[in-house]
Amino acid sequence: MITNSDQIFVLLQHWLVSFLPTGLHPVAGVLLAVVAIVGFFPALFALTTVFERKGLARIQNRLGPNRVGPYGLLQPIADGIKSLTKEDIVPLSADAAVHFLAPVVLVVAVFMGFAVLPMGRNMVLVDMDAGLLFYFAMGASTELSVFMAGWSSRNKYSLLGAMRAVAQMISYEVILLLSSVTVVMMAGSLSLTKIVAAQNQYTHGLSHWYIFTPWGCAGFVMYAIAATAETNRSPFDLPEGESELVAGYHTEYSGFKFALFFLGEYLAMFSISGLGTTLFLGGWSAPLAALNWVPSWIWFFSKLMLSIFGFIWLRGTLPRLRQDQLMNFAWKFILPICLLNLFVAAAWRFMGEGWLRWVVCSAVLIAAYVALGLTEMRRGKIRPRSYRYAE
Amino acid sequence: MLGEGIIKGLTETARNFFGSYFFAERLTTVEYPEERIAPFEAARVFPFLVYDGPEALAGLRCTSCQICEKECPPKCIFIEKSKDKKPDFVGKQQFYPARFEIDISVCMSCQICVEVCPFESIKMNTEFELATTDRFGGLLLKRDQLAKPNAYYNRIHPTEAAAVDAKLAAEKAKFDAKAKAVADAAAAKAAATAGEGA
Repeated sequence: MITNSDQIFVLLQHWLVSFLPTGLHPVAGVLLAVVAIVGFFPALFALTTVFERKGLARIQNRLGPNRVGPYGLLQPIADGIKSLTKEDIVPLSADAAVHFLAPVVLVVAVFMGFAVLPMGRNMVLVDMDAGLLFYFAMGASTELSVFMAGWSSRNKYSLLGAMRAVAQMISYEVILLLSSVTVVMMAGSLSLTKIVAAQNQYTHGLSHWYIFTPWGCAGFVMYAIAATAETNRSPFDLPEGESELVAGYHTEYSGFKFALFFLGEYLAMFSISGLGTTLFLGGWSAPLAALNWVPSWIWFFSKLMLSIFGFIWLRGTLPRLRQDQLMNFAWKFILPICLLNLFVAAAWRFMGEGWLRWVVCSAVLIAAYVALGLTEMRRGKIRPRSYRYAE
Repeated sequence: MLGEGIIKGLTETARNFFGSYFFAERLTTVEYPEERIAPFEAARVFPFLVYDGPEALAGLRCTSCQICEKECPPKCIFIEKSKDKKPDFVGKQQFYPARFEIDISVCMSCQICVEVCPFESIKMNTEFELATTDRFGGLLLKRDQLAKPNAYYNRIHPTEAAAVDAKLAAEKAKFDAKAKAVADAAAAKAAATAGEGA
């Protein structure tokens, strides 16, 4: 069912482009879509910062910002003016060129990821056959910018933060990729539009989202953990752990460059949530066939915002991990389950329809989780934090 | 079970999140400029000088003994002793401060001046809105700015002030009784001398 409201942005783009000569149509169409993405997501970022601060405040039984504008909604404007008017400081011994490039590279690399995300029916900037691969290639280059920032600052805290960031991001990148590979195995394609199309089917009115399968559910949880680590969000915010490292790799950044880092971090959060939505939550498709009348882009963005709420909720709940806990968790706990999940997904594929595959796949995953959890906890690698105080 | 604690934590924060919208008693924030809570009795900010009677400078309890000036750890008190004397609350002739200044940009609110004052003269104020556009002169409080009536002291620290008032009243009674005894003895002596002479 394709209604006008569903295609409103596509129609708008066509209408605007139709004023130009025919030869310019493809270029103008792409430019228009780029402008829309580059304009929309920073606006969403501004709004999210307020919602995050208010959400965290509510989690702590506080009110949150409520002074600037109605319900504090104009707070990002005040924050923006503040960061724009601040002095832009470059340390004397810093590598000025790299120091300047780092935030730019970050924002550019993060924006590139949006190019392949299908944000609604027919709403994808570049429908690439290897979209997922392109996305991960772009995602990996954010690590470069983080290290550029840390290295060029000539500050030990920055460098420590950057080294932590690189170690963390590379470790969790493996999990991010391996948990996505299951989806690629099932959909049989690296194209994100095809992955969404594979999930946009209904039996008995229920959708075929991958999260509604045992391997998909496990994959989604692991993807979510890896995504949190990949975007340096709490509880994996070691690279910028302010109690240990001042501010990590962006210690030496002020004013607008710092704002760019902030923007990059949130944009990365949006894009990785968007990818998670696409891979496991059916992208822009509705959960029930009966709800198909709601425009597809509303589904995509509501799922995106729900994921963002999840990020905020986690941030308001969990304390920061220690470096060794972080590494043990990635390599010794999630990675084995991730690899197992590949076999489970294969089993799911070849066992055919029926209830048997549900039982077998769920049992294997739960057994692996419990067994690995118990052994790790007994070995004392993953356990509740214990504190030692000076006598 | 691994992950149990995380689930527990997430439910707790979710309860806070939704609860704060439905139960007003969860929110403890006082929205300060519009909303205020009465200062606590034991609150202390910067010192002030107590005076008795209607007139500030005439009724100052301070006798310019300068103990507080010497005891002040950050040395924020400056006192200049008077040349002449004036009667204190019992009527005894005492020096008074010709200048008494406290630099509240230096003061650390330790209350040591209050502890050492033998005349119950210097006490802690609860006034905290002291912002000024002049950070040097505006934060150096002069004698007339520091002087506050005993009624004000009674209002901000009722329990403490009542005890101080009782103590001072007892001292005055004792002083009066002694003065009366001295006067009586003098009168008796005078009478005796007069008798002898007669």
